[in-house]
Amino acid sequence: MIELSHFSAAVLFAVFASVVFGITQRNTSREMIRYGLYCFAMFVGGVIVAGWVMWILRR
Amino acid sequence: MANSPTKTVEPPKSRNATAAPAPLTAMSVVVPALAWFIPGAGHLIQKRWIRGVLLMVSVLAMFILGLAMQGHVYKPNGGDILDILGFVGDVGAGGLYILARANDWGQAAIAHATADYGTKYLIVAGLLNFIAVADAYHIAIGKKP
Repeated sequence: MIELSHFSAAVLFAVFASVVFGITQRNTSREMIRYGLYCFAMFVGGVIVAGWVMWILRR
Repeated sequence: MANSPTKTVEPPKSRNATAAPAPLTAMSVVVPALAWFIPGAGHLIQKRWIRGVLLMVSVLAMFILGLAMQGHVYKPNGGDILDILGFVGDVGAGGLYILARANDWGQAAIAHATADYGTKYLIVAGLLNFIAVADAYHIAIGKKP
């Protein structure tokens, strides 16, 4: 059994989902890589923003 | 006026006229079934080696990590809507789901936060495989390179 932190679980999730999104949603290799990186940045950026929003709401 | 230009108005094209139905070939039937049963295999059988391997690794890793985090594997059910949707997501993993059910994996009670992550990993692995199946089908019918 493995116990990941919330952040590492979210980053791993972002990696795998971005790979699949990149491959399936674009037609050329270059576009796939660009879109995959874009999705990864959005996933991780969203996690960080959501984290700060929750921190602000908690105060 | 006698010298006014006459315009010919073309009737609007219906959607059926522009989008021809995909031809029913053996590959268009075999590929989605194989892609569902073995994640990534739909691309591999069409010689998209790198894409197939990446899809296989991604779905397989998410499913294994989900099980390793003691995520819950949903059974067919007619109860709560979230449980039904959980089953729909899980079953997308195809052979992995069948293997998990056959070995009774993912049936332990959820006792900590990461187990809930594991449940989501399992569901998303199946949903991502559904997207991969659709992509493999589009390649099979020539809609995507």
